[in-house]
Amino acid sequence: MSGATGGGKAAATTSTGRLGRLLALVPYVVSRDSVALDQAAAAFGVSQKQLIDDLNLLWCVELRAPDPYCPIDLSYEGGEIIVTEAESIARPLRLKVDEASALLVALRMLAGIPGLQDRDALSRVIAKLETAAGAAAEVSSKVAVEVDAGGETLGRLRHAIGAGRRVHLAYYVPARDENTERDVDPMRLLMVEGNGYLEGWCRRAEAVRLFRLDRITALAVLDVPAEVPDGAEPIDVDAGLFRPSPGDEKVTFELTPRGRWVADYYPCESVEEVGEGRLRVVLRTPDTRWVRGLALRLGDQGRVVAPAWLAAGVRDDAVRALARYGMA
Amino acid sequence: MSRRKTERLLNLVVCLLATRRYLTAEQIRRAVPGYPESDDAFKRMFERDKEELRELGVPLEVGSDQDGGGGDEIGYRIPPQAYELPDIHLSPDEAAVLGLAARVWQRATMAEAASGALLKLRAAGVETDATTTLGIEPRVNTADPSFPALWEAVRDGRPVAFDYQGIGRTSVSRRHLEPWGVVSRRGRWYVVGHDRDRDETRVFRLSRITGAVAVDGRPGTVTVPDGVDVRRIAFDRGDRVAEPRPATVRLRAGAAQGPRRWARDVRDLGGGWDEATLTFRDVDRFAPYLARFADDVVVLDPPDLREAVIQQLKAVLSVSDVPADADADTNADTDRDTDTVPAGAAGAAGAAGTGTGMGAGGR
Repeated sequence: MSGATGGGKAAATTSTGRLGRLLALVPYVVSRDSVALDQAAAAFGVSQKQLIDDLNLLWCVELRAPDPYCPIDLSYEGGEIIVTEAESIARPLRLKVDEASALLVALRMLAGIPGLQDRDALSRVIAKLETAAGAAAEVSSKVAVEVDAGGETLGRLRHAIGAGRRVHLAYYVPARDENTERDVDPMRLLMVEGNGYLEGWCRRAEAVRLFRLDRITALAVLDVPAEVPDGAEPIDVDAGLFRPSPGDEKVTFELTPRGRWVADYYPCESVEEVGEGRLRVVLRTPDTRWVRGLALRLGDQGRVVAPAWLAAGVRDDAVRALARYGMA
Repeated sequence: MSRRKTERLLNLVVCLLATRRYLTAEQIRRAVPGYPESDDAFKRMFERDKEELRELGVPLEVGSDQDGGGGDEIGYRIPPQAYELPDIHLSPDEAAVLGLAARVWQRATMAEAASGALLKLRAAGVETDATTTLGIEPRVNTADPSFPALWEAVRDGRPVAFDYQGIGRTSVSRRHLEPWGVVSRRGRWYVVGHDRDRDETRVFRLSRITGAVAVDGRPGTVTVPDGVDVRRIAFDRGDRVAEPRPATVRLRAGAAQGPRRWARDVRDLGGGWDEATLTFRDVDRFAPYLARFADDVVVLDPPDLREAVIQQLKAVLSVSDVPADADADTNADTDRDTDTVPAGAAGAAGAAGTGTGMGAGGR
């Protein structure tokens, strides 16, 4: 199980979480005839000790009236779980609305990504899940996620990753308004915060880098095998795509109500309401050129208040640009 | 939570699934071990147990059958056909995309639901390999604090109220909404619904909701009108899309790489300048975008775009002329913190927060 199960683990410790697991455990074994303890423990994300405690609890189920009896019979001798009597709980519980929606919304999002070759499998599994979930599937149409996957670039990069090939990228860096050329050994494709990214070993930077697919202006799959160094660590994108470093410049903007969108679009170190809908935000950036660009784009919707030299730089930019229009 | 309680609830489920008749509370008390002697204590505990089973999604049916032992008295049962997940068989490629879908959600609300669903499907015999990546790892973040409450309101058909700070507004306003759906595009979440104050269909961006989302009515009281497509409402801005127009611009040689990505007919004028044709639709969006390139871009034509860029640059000057000591104050303030090293600063992620996101409209 991957990082997505973080919340599930917490739930498994509550009594309803545990009850849910117990109700799934019996059919899990029944549908497979017999299951090894370690395999079941891994599938349910619990320790073997916990699993054995679960099995003992199931074995203890008893009804007293009208006649006392124990409806569930199972054993795990020799590390193999066998359920010989499962009674009414031989089948798993239906999916809840939340559960059906979580999977269906995610599947439909995947189906909306151009260049994903598994469309056929996706539509089949969506149909099967809708049928199995029944009424619980209906609400899922009220949630939708659309991503910008970068068009055909995604498919070509996926192919390059599958074939283990190096790629050559022309890549536009808006922060510096630069076109760059580089060879990259692709590691994986990510969809994060609605955009597609290539993660790879950049041979120019000699480091792992993320490249946003819609900024790749040209792509060539080279006839060279990719060589990702052993020590190349994937970037922990769950911690946020943008992580400031200590050397970054700290820039303070004051925004009018109309300039508040800046706080939505850029990761701000701090956002402070300063009254009447105005905001004071602090951004960190390794390169102040894009901050100057941002200030120009804001017009009178906001201004750089610190550092002073950067505010002066913005002023100079505007003065020089106006001079091009014959205005001093 | 105690093992005894889990055991009692498990017994209760098995008992109610096994019965065809409705069992009265008293019959249940006799059949299921673990309930207390005192009537009051039993009643309270049984009420809580029923609530827990419903939360777990167990279809608890309430009714009575005249022929049963309980007579007219209200009883309970769990109909197996309502309880059991129907058969589902997935081929390996289907199971692989399902496993991928289950890993998409990154935060508690939906991530927990996805792993719960996967558990049940595994219990039904589906073999999902948690390590299949298909060469792509999609993630959806629902970090907006209002997401869980809005999702629940949409799910339960329940009106909500919240404080909203719209773009261009000087203060937050209380909004009352019948939510029809929540949708995300490019990583940003929106809630679509009927705005009770404006009596119109409206879209709200979750990041602009301040404070908690409160329920504002009973479940099941929101009706989504027939034919409503929440995705279309959220993403089709409904603006009359202006016809594309050509603009003639000068670009400094070797600079203004952004506009060059879309430029046509780039011709070298000599003296370090190129001339090119760009296409645009909306002056109000395009002028600020071009202003960003300062003196690397000069608009020659059309006149309205040229004038808009000039006004944009003048606007920059109009707000930047502030008393020098005000700047100095702020600067001193900021300087105090400059040696604070943020947590996790060692990362090498490319600067992704520097997109070309144009200012969103004030919706």
